[in-house]
Amino acid sequence: MKNWRNHLGLIVPLLVVTGLAIWPALTDSVSNRENAFTILKAIALASSLNILLGYTGYVSFGHIVFFGFGGYVGLYFLNEQGWSIWTSLLIAGISSGILAYLLGKAILRLRGAYFALATIGINEAVKAFINNFDLFGGPIGMTLNFKVYKEYGGAAEALSMAFYIMAGLALAAIVLSYLIRVSKFGLGLLAIRENEDAAEVMGVVAPDAKTWAYVLSAIIPGMVGVLFFFKNGNVEPHGAFPLHASIELLVMVMLGGQGTVLGPILGAFAYQGMRGYLVTSDFFKDIQLSVSGVILLIIVLFIPAGAVGWLRNRFAPLRRVLP
Amino acid sequence: MQQLSLLLTSLPDGILLGFVYGVAAMGLTLIWGVMDVINLSHGPIISLGMFGTFFIFIKMGINPYLGLIPVAILGLLLGVAIYFIAVHRVIDAPHLSSLLATFSVNMIIIGIATAALTTSPYNVDFNMGSFDLGFTTILGTRLIAAVIAILVTGGLYFFLYRTRPGKYIRAVTNNRAAAELMGVPSTQILALSFGLGTMLAAISGALIATFFPFSILSGAGYELKSFVIGVLGGLGNPVGALFGGLILGVLEGAIPAFMETSWVPVIEFGLFVIILLVRPNGLFGAKE
Repeated sequence: MKNWRNHLGLIVPLLVVTGLAIWPALTDSVSNRENAFTILKAIALASSLNILLGYTGYVSFGHIVFFGFGGYVGLYFLNEQGWSIWTSLLIAGISSGILAYLLGKAILRLRGAYFALATIGINEAVKAFINNFDLFGGPIGMTLNFKVYKEYGGAAEALSMAFYIMAGLALAAIVLSYLIRVSKFGLGLLAIRENEDAAEVMGVVAPDAKTWAYVLSAIIPGMVGVLFFFKNGNVEPHGAFPLHASIELLVMVMLGGQGTVLGPILGAFAYQGMRGYLVTSDFFKDIQLSVSGVILLIIVLFIPAGAVGWLRNRFAPLRRVLP
Repeated sequence: MQQLSLLLTSLPDGILLGFVYGVAAMGLTLIWGVMDVINLSHGPIISLGMFGTFFIFIKMGINPYLGLIPVAILGLLLGVAIYFIAVHRVIDAPHLSSLLATFSVNMIIIGIATAALTTSPYNVDFNMGSFDLGFTTILGTRLIAAVIAILVTGGLYFFLYRTRPGKYIRAVTNNRAAAELMGVPSTQILALSFGLGTMLAAISGALIATFFPFSILSGAGYELKSFVIGVLGGLGNPVGALFGGLILGVLEGAIPAFMETSWVPVIEFGLFVIILLVRPNGLFGAKE
């Protein structure tokens, strides 16, 4: 990083994640840690989705499939085969990546809404399949053996460790997202987003580039899945592949600004914060979903570029620091 | 032999259900065909149709089949309202915008309805007798629902091919810019099409409520089925949706005879993805 000025854009995202990671330790509060965990998880997932959605312009409505699939694979090796959390994370990331590669080869030929529909179909098909897959516990799923926590110094220690790994994953997702954004590969993806046919004419090998974007956007969600189910202590099909969580991720990316590095982070922050407020407030808690819906509708209709996109369009000098 | 008798028992039921699924999918695919919008608020509208039957029959004591008329009218009006509030501004925007706009409508409906009706299941206890065919029994409610589904499809076909607004809808489907140049009021026609789509969703919900218990969340499952059917019959091809519904109904009726019921969604969604890949215009659609 000799030319650190060229990487100004990375500063704000890194500060946000570091702040989130040390906030619970500073306040010494477990409930703060839970909140920070949720936000970091949302940041990791939304930043990953942004690689496909924001840069490449492909709307994945079932991105949570990688979260669930990776989580299942990782937990299986962790729980049933006695692997450590580190190797389980690795195998989960790899298997999510492989799944994305195979799926991508097939469904990335579809464009627009057809692709979105196919991703919904895949999420539902994988969920239904795992529901029938006895190795992964079928409809009951898998419950973590508490002995697993012992290796890491008991449940409390293990949960605290899971939190810091999650912070690491969020950081990794952001750095990955940033590196893609400033690379030639990322430029190719942006070209595909603007006009796929023109991009191909200009020498972007679109099928390969799209597949790799899909793979890169799938690896970290797979690892996040393991961590989430490791912390939760169990995994079952309905909790692992919630379609609405996929859509929440889309909302976060839209809220912050698709195709920007900072956007998904801001979006994840704002969405989780808003949800936390609405769920607990006396006035809104019954209709919190409706309030979220109204806010989403207003953003989609009037600020389609999202918060960061809007700022970038209005204030040109910000483009250097808000990638 | 046991499988054959199981097949004979469950297949007629599946076929009758398939017609009703077809009506739901017809609404989805009509909207898709006319304006390239996938209506993600389809599920909650199906649920609202179910509650329409509940309130009309249980609270007001009106025959549910007569109640279809107010349900249909309200469905139409709701759709026109949704169009102007949420869809009109994003109709030419990228797909993500219209998907999220209709999804936000989904959230709004579910949120309000959950607060008002809770998510616990409701049941309309309605009995129209049953017919014994020897190898199986057919419930009267399902038979009537299937007949109504066929009538609705016929009505839609007549409307699209024999009336002026219907012809306008087809013109806008083919080429909106050209239709506008010919003096077709495209905004009104788009709103009407959206309204018709939600009307069909509400009708199918109202019919389903006569034989299955339901909650405000159960529409989501039928929405997913509608996607599958829409793709089977060809997105944008309303009459194809009825055949798609039949195929799905046959699958749902036939698969349990050969393997466990829990495999049904695996096969349904697997088939859905494969057809999207191989024949994105549907089994009956023209080749690209």
